[in-house]
Amino acid sequence: MSEGTIPAAEKPRLAPKARLKWDAVREKHLLLFPEGVLVLNPTAHAVLALCDGQRNITEIAKLLQEQYQADNLETDVKEILLRLKEKRLVVLEP
Amino acid sequence: MKAKHPFSLLCELTYRCPLQCPYCSNPLDFARYREELTTDEWKRVHDEAAALGVVQVHYSGGEPLVRTDIGAIIQHAHKLGLYTNLSTGGTLLNEKLAGQLREAGLDNLQISIQDADAENSDRMAGGAPSFEKKIRAARLVKERGFPLTLNVVLHRQNIGRIESIVALAEELGAERLELANTQFNGWALKNRATLLPLRTQVEWAAEIVGAAQRRLKGRMEILYVLPDYFEQYPKPCLHGWGNVFMTVAADGLVLPCQTAREIRGMTFPNCRDHSLSEIWFESEAFCKFRGTDWLPEPCQSCSRKEKDFGGCRCQAFLLTGKAEVTDPVCSLSPQHHLVSEALAEAGSAPAGELIYRSHGESLEKFCSEDSP
Repeated sequence: MSEGTIPAAEKPRLAPKARLKWDAVREKHLLLFPEGVLVLNPTAHAVLALCDGQRNITEIAKLLQEQYQADNLETDVKEILLRLKEKRLVVLEP
Repeated sequence: MKAKHPFSLLCELTYRCPLQCPYCSNPLDFARYREELTTDEWKRVHDEAAALGVVQVHYSGGEPLVRTDIGAIIQHAHKLGLYTNLSTGGTLLNEKLAGQLREAGLDNLQISIQDADAENSDRMAGGAPSFEKKIRAARLVKERGFPLTLNVVLHRQNIGRIESIVALAEELGAERLELANTQFNGWALKNRATLLPLRTQVEWAAEIVGAAQRRLKGRMEILYVLPDYFEQYPKPCLHGWGNVFMTVAADGLVLPCQTAREIRGMTFPNCRDHSLSEIWFESEAFCKFRGTDWLPEPCQSCSRKEKDFGGCRCQAFLLTGKAEVTDPVCSLSPQHHLVSEALAEAGSAPAGELIYRSHGESLEKFCSEDSP
């Protein structure tokens, strides 16, 4: 299934059981799911906040490149999504 | 040691339950604790927990759905932005209640079944028909659009049907199947000789599950953890005492772990008398085993101490009479023979009569002043 790469045309969204939350006590973004909590770094949060099931990976990377004035973020975005896909916290659809 | 903020709260909303599983983790003397927190008290617990840093709340019991205010409690949690997860036996779930839970904002729902078929499942749950109700509940959960997790507690009597259990979970469309080996505290410890699986069973089951995990990858997630009696080292119980997790029991007692009230000689605070913040940061009970400074030998000089924190305090107490020693499941524990002997006994003894978890048994056998 997960072979270490994902097509850029796929559209990611959060798994139904997962939810993003701003944690005011710790001042961190969190990803919540039944079995645990992930404390997100700012990059991972920025990626997940754009995963609406409509945008594909290329479009998400492009938006982040504009936001952060950086180049070639597509590989980073893919890496983050692949990790979360393996934990079944993100769903990718063609 | 400076405590971090807790992430997770378990609300054992009630000790009442229509089922009588003989491996229940509720205290043996649960029949004593009848003064359940009111709806308003549970709401205040949630307010205090959220302010303390809790982001995730689990509801269990007993059977949490016997509380008619379950919808109101979950709605309150949802308004506070808390992630909510409900573990139920499923027998009380109906169309109307499922709708209420959905509207209240419940995030995830787990249904426990006892076995792969009605006869064995009903027997383990105490005899009354419950399996068909559970299956209906599981289908209802799917229809209502909740992600479905099935929980099955494994033991010597059902581990041989693990393939059928996986097949049932597949047929029901579960997103996740948790195959949890019996943890030997509470009622399970009383029934250990009959419930403890054999090493050959455990190893066989691990192979079957491994194959199912590969086959179902991407469709259904299967969690299978070896029972700790068969492991070389103890599990990092709760990721450490008073580290990320707290429990509020039905009567308001605040515990580092839901089975901790079995540790005799320790007193635990009640949320009716103190705030959760005070309890978390200052109570003797939560500070006692926090971090690693308190650890005895052989843990103190062990390179694994930051990994497993000396194991489970409740298990240490239940097996040795002392909560402050190394968990005897650790092969390095001077009292590891207690575990080896239990395994040898299970291997040679025929299955005995089970003591089922019921109000009557609890009252009669475990609620007198001198009962164990």
